[in-house]
Amino acid sequence: MFEPYISILGNFAKAFAVGGLICMIAQIVINYTDLTAGKILVLFMLSGVVLQGLGLYQYLVDFGGAGATVPISGFGYLLANGAMKGAQKGFFGAVTGALSAASAGISAAVIFSFLMALIFKSKSKKN
Amino acid sequence: MNGKRVFLCQKTVKDGGRYEMTGKNRENYNKNYIAYVHSFDPPTQHFKNCFRAFIVGGGICCVGQFLREMFEKAVGLQGDELAAAVSIVLIFMGTLLTGLGVYDRIGRYAGAGSIVPITGFSNSVASPAIEFKTEGYVYGMAAKMFIVAGPIIVYGVLSATLVGLLYLFL
Repeated sequence: MFEPYISILGNFAKAFAVGGLICMIAQIVINYTDLTAGKILVLFMLSGVVLQGLGLYQYLVDFGGAGATVPISGFGYLLANGAMKGAQKGFFGAVTGALSAASAGISAAVIFSFLMALIFKSKSKKN
Repeated sequence: MNGKRVFLCQKTVKDGGRYEMTGKNRENYNKNYIAYVHSFDPPTQHFKNCFRAFIVGGGICCVGQFLREMFEKAVGLQGDELAAAVSIVLIFMGTLLTGLGVYDRIGRYAGAGSIVPITGFSNSVASPAIEFKTEGYVYGMAAKMFIVAGPIIVYGVLSATLVGLLYLFL
């Protein structure tokens, strides 16, 4: 009777482990190379695209759930997956697939950032 | 540095205030100077940094997993819609925490643990948008919004389209 709860807890543990490991790899890269945040984000997004292009990231998503989709490499996975799904429909789909898959994330980032910029003032001067 | 923190260089003012190094060639001078500056750096605490990144990054992914379970069980979303709903809520939380100034503090503690999750992406959009609002709504806020996220979208679209075309022709 506790089985569904145990499986949910297991999902949380897997998400924690996979997401934490991806962040830890990023921290190790930062420690040894002094890359800035923007370059780390681009690097991990590209690694997500390449891994999904080779068909490998899907296994990580199936195992880790949100642990694999929440880090920025999951964004790359989403882009590549969209492009590959679009490619099944033809040339036009291959070009439009990537951004239409990622449109929710990009639109949300733009809309919420705009709203927050309207509401809040820069905190940096108060420190 | 052989354990020494002392660095000797001679500077002479020549040609109207321009500094010129004497005694050593410039290449050596720069190398010595960088080593000298780094000798004052606090030692990087690799284990501590990695542990913090692991905990915070894993925690954010657990929030994502919680949203995923909730949207799946309570709202009944599936597949792409589920993934979109989870990322929208996480992006909202990221921008809100950025606006409140909390995300910077998390970032100082967690390092990569706060950069790599999707909340870090939304932080990189919201943070310059808030900061450059004073420079106007077109060339300030809207233009600077993509100062970090722009490269991600550019290289993401380029690489993903390449993957799609390869998939189409192979």
